[in-house]
Amino acid sequence: MGDLLINFLSGPVPIEAYLGVSLIMFFAGVYGFLSRKSLLMILISVELMLNAADINFIVFNRYLYPGHMEGFFFALFTIAIAACETAVAIAIIINIYRNLSSVQAGELNQMKE
Amino acid sequence: MADQIIFWILAAIMTVFSILAVTSKNIIRSATFLLFVLLGTAGLYLLLGYHYLFAVQIAVYAGGIMVLFIFAILLTNRPGENVKTEKYYRKVIAGITSFAGLAFCGHIIYWNVNKAYTLVATSELKVQDIGHTLMGTDKYQYLLPFEFISVLLLACIVGAIMIARKR
Repeated sequence: MGDLLINFLSGPVPIEAYLGVSLIMFFAGVYGFLSRKSLLMILISVELMLNAADINFIVFNRYLYPGHMEGFFFALFTIAIAACETAVAIAIIINIYRNLSSVQAGELNQMKE
Repeated sequence: MADQIIFWILAAIMTVFSILAVTSKNIIRSATFLLFVLLGTAGLYLLLGYHYLFAVQIAVYAGGIMVLFIFAILLTNRPGENVKTEKYYRKVIAGITSFAGLAFCGHIIYWNVNKAYTLVATSELKVQDIGHTLMGTDKYQYLLPFEFISVLLLACIVGAIMIARKR
């Protein structure tokens, strides 16, 4: 048992392990996106999915092209764009709440009050 | 070996909390679970040797975006109110979709990715190199995207203020 554990834990972390973590994160995001009604929960799910994509960029850059920096900069720019997207989305959600006093996606059936 | 142990701990934290974040009934609680997931991601970046990205992840995601989320949740929810979910059959469809995607991509990763990697030990990425790459105009350098991002951020600030201000 101890030898088995030491064998399993020796060497570098396999790339599949990183990809598996980001895979589970991404599909947790998909599930939340499809099964929630609140706009804020949908936004949280989108953040999870973006974060999983970031991990993939970084891991592929580190394992397949360690001398380059393309994945690194993609992740950096993705983080900046995610920040922008969240700020605007939250502004829109607050505006919706002010006008319709609800943030449930099913109840937004008019463009203007 | 220490790498592996730290990785598996982080991986367990991230999978459990990302699943809890999308299934939790209380929205402020799921925002907190999302914060744990983001911090775990920062830990993975540190483990892979990208220290600058670790700092950016903590500052922008765990700092900025989470504060925005908490702020928006407290502005738009009455305290103690639970989140409504979709109807039961919609939840089943969502579960089936995500499990099918998980199985498909997991199959691809398990059978194909193994063949294509070697982990080369490299020294830590220097901030000086990052700065030169970000500010250069040669091939594989990123001044133009950097400027575009700055204009996008400015547009976002103006747009967010325009949308959310009181009339």
